[in-house]
Amino acid sequence: MFEDGSIINELFIERLNYLIYVVLLLIGLHAMIAKNNLIKKLIGMSIFQTAIILFYVSIGVKEGASIPIYLPEHDPHGSHASHSDGNETEQANHGPVVLDAELVKGYSNPLPHVLMLTAIVVGVATLGLALALCQRIYQGYGSIEEDEILAQIEKQEIRAQSRNNPKQSEPKVVAKKTPATSKPKTRISPATKKSSPSSKAKSVSSPSQSPATKAKRKPASGKVKSAPKSKPVTKSKSTTQSKSSPVKSRAKPAASKSSASSKTKPISKAKSTGKPKSGAAAKKSSATKPKSRNPKK
Amino acid sequence: MENSIAWIFIFPLFGSVACAILGMRNGKICYPIAVLSLAGSLWAGIETLQQVINSKDHFISYVWGGWTLDSYPRGVGIEFHVDILGILITLVVLGVGLIVSFYSKLPVQEETPGKEPLFYTLFLLQITGLAGICLTGDAFNLYVLIEVAALTGYGLIAMGSNRAAAATFNYVMLGTIGASLYLLGVGYIYIKTGTLNMIGIQEAIEANGLADSATMQVAFVLVGMGILIKMAFFPFHAWLPNAYCNAPTTTSCLLAPLVTKVMIYVMIRMILSVFGVEFTFESTLWTDVLPWLVVVAIICAAVMALAQREIKRMLCYLIVAEVGYMVGGVWIYNYYGFIGSIFHVISDACMTLCLFLGTGLILRKAKTTQFDGLRGLFGKMPLTMTGFFIGGFSIIGLPPTCGFFSKWYLITGGMVSERWEYMVVLMFSTMVMVVLFFRLIERIHLAVTESGKNLGHGHGDLGLTAEQTRFDEGPLSMLIPLLVSATIVIVVGIYNQEVVSLIEIFLSDYDLPRGTGH
Repeated sequence: MFEDGSIINELFIERLNYLIYVVLLLIGLHAMIAKNNLIKKLIGMSIFQTAIILFYVSIGVKEGASIPIYLPEHDPHGSHASHSDGNETEQANHGPVVLDAELVKGYSNPLPHVLMLTAIVVGVATLGLALALCQRIYQGYGSIEEDEILAQIEKQEIRAQSRNNPKQSEPKVVAKKTPATSKPKTRISPATKKSSPSSKAKSVSSPSQSPATKAKRKPASGKVKSAPKSKPVTKSKSTTQSKSSPVKSRAKPAASKSSASSKTKPISKAKSTGKPKSGAAAKKSSATKPKSRNPKK
Repeated sequence: MENSIAWIFIFPLFGSVACAILGMRNGKICYPIAVLSLAGSLWAGIETLQQVINSKDHFISYVWGGWTLDSYPRGVGIEFHVDILGILITLVVLGVGLIVSFYSKLPVQEETPGKEPLFYTLFLLQITGLAGICLTGDAFNLYVLIEVAALTGYGLIAMGSNRAAAATFNYVMLGTIGASLYLLGVGYIYIKTGTLNMIGIQEAIEANGLADSATMQVAFVLVGMGILIKMAFFPFHAWLPNAYCNAPTTTSCLLAPLVTKVMIYVMIRMILSVFGVEFTFESTLWTDVLPWLVVVAIICAAVMALAQREIKRMLCYLIVAEVGYMVGGVWIYNYYGFIGSIFHVISDACMTLCLFLGTGLILRKAKTTQFDGLRGLFGKMPLTMTGFFIGGFSIIGLPPTCGFFSKWYLITGGMVSERWEYMVVLMFSTMVMVVLFFRLIERIHLAVTESGKNLGHGHGDLGLTAEQTRFDEGPLSMLIPLLVSATIVIVVGIYNQEVVSLIEIFLSDYDLPRGTGH
């Protein structure tokens, strides 16, 4: 079974090192790709790199060979050489001497090993950097499980989108109201049917908004809703008293609500005059909103 | 100057050390150090280019550490081969680095406050690594420099948000796999040839008739796979969009134009100088497979770019598509394809730089890079948007820009070698890019929402107030680099003949078919 020339002999006896390196390489690759835990991935990366180091070291192996430092009998600086010839020592003392091809056979090739010193350094640097990244990820997401991190990232993206949408869609609705007078009535009327407070939220949000963002908006209490509304209204009417009087700003939306439920005109007027401000206010409110939302979630 | 090649590295290398040491006292000193050292390095690069052009064989050999070329075997010392291709790409790296370092003043202060010394240390090391990749003539040294560039790149990207750290982790994983596969391939080359010097390897392949050797085939596959992963060729592109999108502005401006292009340079270098044209195209199966992979890659990347609703992410997928162009240009195995690929490496670096610099300015002023947040930006920042769209037109391939000429050569190559599928895909992708950029122009000039509804009266009425469209450009330290890069895009386009003639001198040493190649 293990006679010379058979595949098994070649694989398991002559080239065992190479077999092991391939197995290690695949184990490492599997861990890097399939494992869920970031640290386990890093362990896989280390195995992967170590497999390559094993490969290189195996290249340099030579049976019965010595490390590439002069053996005593070859050493031109040593006792053997100095005894034999006086002139030679003078030359040799100045530096290394190239040995004959016959004598070199006893030494192993140092180059693959030296290369691996560099590769080990690179590997250590990569591992250190990746561990630091892991720590950073753990601080940011509170987990080093990949699926949990991905779920969190997705959640954040949805949140960011819902934060962006009112900001972008708000001027659109305003722009629609000013040129065409007939359209906004039809657009706002379904919103007014539902309930007066939510109609406000709708007029701010775009008609094309996703149901998810609507649902998010509704559970938010009156405080949150009144904040975006109060600013445009108060700013259009009186620029001085905006934030300082919460009682007034809350009372005004209530007043405008009653008018809004019956007619759309006053709002559109107020907004057409205070267009830029309403945009700015919406930005402010969108910045404050998430803060008020987050603790609830 | 005799040692100008060494000066290319000495400036950024010691600049980064100076940033690390002097920056601890005062972080503000790093910015001038970075700009000055890169300017010095660029000067040394131009000096070297003149030397290379004036030299006899258009080739300079520079051996480090007191070794000589006579030492046997060739490549016991580390030797730098500087030919026209290498120095051209080096100049691109240094030029992009200089422009980005000038641009970086405000973004770095604002996005990573208190970390300027760290940032500029990594920044300069990154450029050292990339320039080294372009000039080295030693296969193992190339691995080390690839890792230098990659490790600093990881650090630069991870300076962004938490999201960036998570994206960097994936990048570390894939980047390590790529570099390790390359290292493994170099090991196999070493087994067969006994040297790591690129010229030595090619000589050994020719002298010993290694073209049919299974070991060399394995080495080629491993090296090729490693490089393809590193350059974000389509099936392996997964690390790129997330990493570049979430990185700090300056980082994405530096990495996006350079890293993938430099890896394409490595592929060309491996084919021409290491394995040899004959071995690569006659003895491996890749000639049959890779052009079709390129077709898939370009189509997929273009379609994914079309699906994006955010500028930075769209540009990232465009980079993946452009990588497909250049890989295709090489693997259609044609003289004109090679000219196209090399020229496209240069022009793509210029136009990607232009686009990312513009995106950084847009992000700074508009606070968003979502398509819908861009309405009216042309009135607000006309210079920025002009610069941005010059880059965009170059990506599409409109005539006065450099993108047109490189694409011209790529298509010529496809036509001459009768690779019709490659030509069709190039046309398709050009079409997609037209849609992408004119859709952006539409968003910016007209009041059209994402769902296609028109908000204003018609052309020009954005439904915005005077305040929202008031002239409001970004700071000059960011605007000037953008305009300079836009000018470069046009100048390289106008003087394309000079660049192409340099590339032709380089390619005249290699036996490339001008016909079909079969």
